[in-house]
Amino acid sequence: MGDMLTVKDLRVTFLDNNKEALHGISFTMQEGERLGLVGESGSGKTVTAMAITGLIERSRVTVTGDVVFEGMDLHRCSRSQLRSIQGPGMGVVFQEPMNSLNPLIKVGYQVEETLRIHTKKTPEERRKLAIDALDRVGLPNPDEIYSKYPHQLSGGQRQRAMIAAAMVIHPKLLICDEPTTALDVSVQAKILKLLKELSDEYKVGILLISHDLLVVKQLCENVAVMYKGNIVEQGKTLDIFNAPKDEYTRQLMAAIPKRRRHE
Amino acid sequence: MKQYLKNKNFRAGLLITGIMILAILIGLVWTPYDPNAMSGSEKLQGPSGAHLFGTDNFGRDIFSRVIQGAGATFLIAAAAVAIGLIVGLIVGGLTGFYGGVLDEVLMRIADSILAFPSILLALVMIAILGKGKYNIIIALGILFVPSFARIVRTEVAKQKNTDYVRNARLMGASNMRILFLHIMPNIIPVLLSSVAIGFNNAVLSEASMSYLGVGVQPPDPSLGRLLSEAQGYLFQAPWYAIFTGVAIILLILGFGLLADGMGGE
Ligand SMILES: Nc1ncnc2c1ncn2[C@@H]1O[C@H](COP(=O)(O)OP(=O)(O)OP(=O)(O)O)[C@@H](O)[C@H]1O
Ligand SMILES: [Mg+2]
Repeated sequence: MGDMLTVKDLRVTFLDNNKEALHGISFTMQEGERLGLVGESGSGKTVTAMAITGLIERSRVTVTGDVVFEGMDLHRCSRSQLRSIQGPGMGVVFQEPMNSLNPLIKVGYQVEETLRIHTKKTPEERRKLAIDALDRVGLPNPDEIYSKYPHQLSGGQRQRAMIAAAMVIHPKLLICDEPTTALDVSVQAKILKLLKELSDEYKVGILLISHDLLVVKQLCENVAVMYKGNIVEQGKTLDIFNAPKDEYTRQLMAAIPKRRRHE
Repeated sequence: MKQYLKNKNFRAGLLITGIMILAILIGLVWTPYDPNAMSGSEKLQGPSGAHLFGTDNFGRDIFSRVIQGAGATFLIAAAAVAIGLIVGLIVGGLTGFYGGVLDEVLMRIADSILAFPSILLALVMIAILGKGKYNIIIALGILFVPSFARIVRTEVAKQKNTDYVRNARLMGASNMRILFLHIMPNIIPVLLSSVAIGFNNAVLSEASMSYLGVGVQPPDPSLGRLLSEAQGYLFQAPWYAIFTGVAIILLILGFGLLADGMGGE
């Protein structure tokens, strides 16, 4: 198994406030690997995700360093090359399930969107795959959900639908930015379990972004700890849990309430 | 739509507009009398069972003429709004989506056009284009572009930053797909009330211009033209002006209430 994603010395500076948000971070992900990116608010996790997904507006930032995904240099390729991996290469799930789905478009249509953009499947094939995906993420009565509007779904259901929308085309990498933060605890655990199953079943790599070390521990074998735009420590999740080397990682660990340590 | 129906003003507007449109539609195929049939023996008669709104100086049935005129005015207003809306959607959509220099330039132009009273600009355009029904439609249509473009631009710029648009982008959707498929449907609710307001402006502008004699020309009918004909007989046949005026007011009131019920100004 080769490297799926290589991030090397990535620096991102926002032009409007001339602020360097990432000070040269590096990490790699293998195919099917689950990596957690933890750090406090403002440490640069979302900026990292944006730089990897190509969401960052090239006119508003300067980016140096490399992001290479499956051999393609994402900051130097053309827009259409970039679009061709958005969806089939990497899917993204964000925190806010309220606004992640377009309020005026039926759930099924949105789940099919990557198929419509990237494949030549017929409407019947797309419908079948979408309903399968909705079923696979644990939504009851997937064919009913298919023709519902987002506001008719609960927060947890919407987040599942988002995961289905990203997974329907079986991407190589799923980037999840705080996927469970807006959900209540019992739903959180279920979504994490689902992500783990999907990752094992389809060999999807997961980059999980969270401020919560325990969430990362439940899902990821590896972890990178971010602090103020740098990665201060990375390695096996269990090793870092048992023997954190960096001072900031120790503080993060100490911030976990005692009663949650054994989750 | 359902949430609009809870609004009293919207329901009242729907009722009035519905009745007007129904009358106009019926008027397209049937009116009690031929709107242009003259009758020397029935000149300037007051409202009666035979002539609901009375007759004019040629003995023509005013009710039939008002219905026909309302239909013409309605079509002119609708066509003008359609032109303004379609061009406004394209201009506002592209500027709001791409921003940049073109956006700056076009919006400055829109601002300066919006700074003039629209009736004045309409008169200037008519002076250039010439009188007549189609020129009115074109003039009003062009005049409506800036206000629609502005609204669309603002809404598109807002939508551009929503999570679901970002997600569509991350699925590899092209710019055009994002603009027309993921953004445009979401601005329709905002546009609806602007359409109703624009429609009212069009009705009023048509009426004013035709009243001034620079709008719809004989033999084409319209409410504005009826009003200008009626003014010559204000004292002999006040019902002519009154019923024409009522038709204009009902058209405007109906759409005004609709706009109000949908959250417009
Ligand atoms: N569009 C932007 N323009 C300017 N600066 C930005 C922009 N987006 C992020 N930043 C800056 O980059 C830094 C990192 O932000 P980022 O959103 O990546 O943090 P985060 O780790 O995701 O935090 P959180 O846990 O709150 O989501 C912040 O200091 C922020 O001020
Ligand atoms: Mg973030």
